[in-house]
Amino acid sequence: MVLVIAEQRAGALNRVSWETVAAAQQLAGAAGGMPVTIAVAGGSIRDLAAELASASVASVVAIEHPLLASYTPDGFVQALQELVSRTTPSYVAIPHTYQTRDFAPALASRLARPLITDVIGLASFEGRPAFVRPLFQGRLVADVVPDAAPPCFVTFQVGAFRADDVVRGAAPAPVSTMEVALDASTIRQKPEPPFREAKQAVDLSQAERIVAVGRGIKAPEHLPLVRALADALGAELGASRPICDSGWLPMERQIGSSGQTVAPKLYVAVGLSGAIQHLVGMKASRAIVAINKDPDAPIFEVADYGIVGDLFEVVPALIAELGR
Amino acid sequence: MKIAVCVKQVPTREWQPRVNETRTWIRDQDASFEMNEPDAYALEEALRLKERHGGEVVVCSAGPARVGQVIREALARGADRAIHVEDDLLGAADPLVVADALASGMRDERFDLVLTGLQSDDQGFAQTGVVLAERLGLAHATIIMEVQVAGAGLRVKRELEGGWFQWIEMPLPALLTIQSGINQLRYATLKGIMAAKRKEIRKVAPPAGLAGLQRVVNLYVPEKRKHTEMIGGTPAEAAKGLVKRLRDGAHIT
Repeated sequence: MVLVIAEQRAGALNRVSWETVAAAQQLAGAAGGMPVTIAVAGGSIRDLAAELASASVASVVAIEHPLLASYTPDGFVQALQELVSRTTPSYVAIPHTYQTRDFAPALASRLARPLITDVIGLASFEGRPAFVRPLFQGRLVADVVPDAAPPCFVTFQVGAFRADDVVRGAAPAPVSTMEVALDASTIRQKPEPPFREAKQAVDLSQAERIVAVGRGIKAPEHLPLVRALADALGAELGASRPICDSGWLPMERQIGSSGQTVAPKLYVAVGLSGAIQHLVGMKASRAIVAINKDPDAPIFEVADYGIVGDLFEVVPALIAELGR
Repeated sequence: MKIAVCVKQVPTREWQPRVNETRTWIRDQDASFEMNEPDAYALEEALRLKERHGGEVVVCSAGPARVGQVIREALARGADRAIHVEDDLLGAADPLVVADALASGMRDERFDLVLTGLQSDDQGFAQTGVVLAERLGLAHATIIMEVQVAGAGLRVKRELEGGWFQWIEMPLPALLTIQSGINQLRYATLKGIMAAKRKEIRKVAPPAGLAGLQRVVNLYVPEKRKHTEMIGGTPAEAAKGLVKRLRDGAHIT
């Protein structure tokens, strides 16, 4: 059986859970036609379990407990360890979110089972499923297989599978609830409610065009060059994480998994290599232009148009051409 | 506070990795190496915590002899001493093996706080810190953007996705995985480099019989899924070609 652990926040389903359901259905097929079961854990989640039951799966399991109302790694690891022990799946499929990164390594290692993270596709090796994951910031990819008894835990990268590809059932799947015993004294993390920093002044998700800058800009004093290109294109300025980490641009300009997700009509990546964390935040853009001196930079894999060259020569030429 | 920082040595970002003959790992004899960037932020955070609250910063690394380079760099930036769990097999090991190796060298030290980067730039498992917390029996929190000492415990700011954050209170001892950008990095001074030469590096062998639970069976350059039209020529010619295509495609007006 392939067990999906869906993610919810405050009783609302995180939509990336559907991508993981699609991945699990494909994995179940590749593994010879296994059944799929979806589990979801939280405080009060019955409506959510019913929503998940629309997928063509064998069953949906809801784990409800007051101590799971606010996410903590200690609480979730205990509850999910019990779930996995009772359901004995062959694979456990989880979306590769920040929450998953917080609990899944503890869960898998407590059970002494492999956790293959950040999976972007399925392959096969000697007649069994292999999992495709990026290495070296996406410069290489690897087919990886578990080397241990089941279950094998797998986390699927956001955007790697399509929620539209979920096979829906003719009738809702049966929903059951599972009781777990949790002891408040074993939960060491005391979370406060999530919050957003000061209201974001720029909403890059609404921008029609974006010029995004990466490490290739080398120093903050070169930023006006990229800003001039953005002005010439009528675009907003965005950046990769390292540029914001260095304080060269405010965090609100950051595009990627920890920043904003954007899908403008035109995305121009300047001196930006395209680490996977950045690509997930922009690859849905309608047209993507990459300007980079490294012809092997992963950004070219998602680009429609590419120029291999020194941005300090190409960008001024572009600004001049746009002014013609 | 007795603080450990785990640092990993990874190939430099500029190096285009080349695959070895068996297509299971890179030709790392061709690589040049540097400190994993998120680990550098973890080290900086440890040094700042020591400056505010006193104590000691111990840098811990698991890997072949070559990782001595990043250990010396961490000592030069201000760490007090180091633990090097040394074995050639640790260069490409899976996260459970690395965590077990680190735990064997760190357990007896009884650290109050262990910091790691949130993930590595080479294999990018994003697991070693959390598994190490399990092995050492520590409470953990991940992707941390601020660390406050609150009474006998900690109050930490965890980054969620899409610009959201959350404060978490937790007891010590604890392990935190640190997000890049939590602070501004310092670089080693000449004085620091000189002082580092006299600092202790304790070498430890990992426990015998560590075996990974996952394995790479094929390593390759990603296939392009999208057709990319490369526009060549001089910068002026490339610019002209690109602008024409953007105008023809109505991507710009």
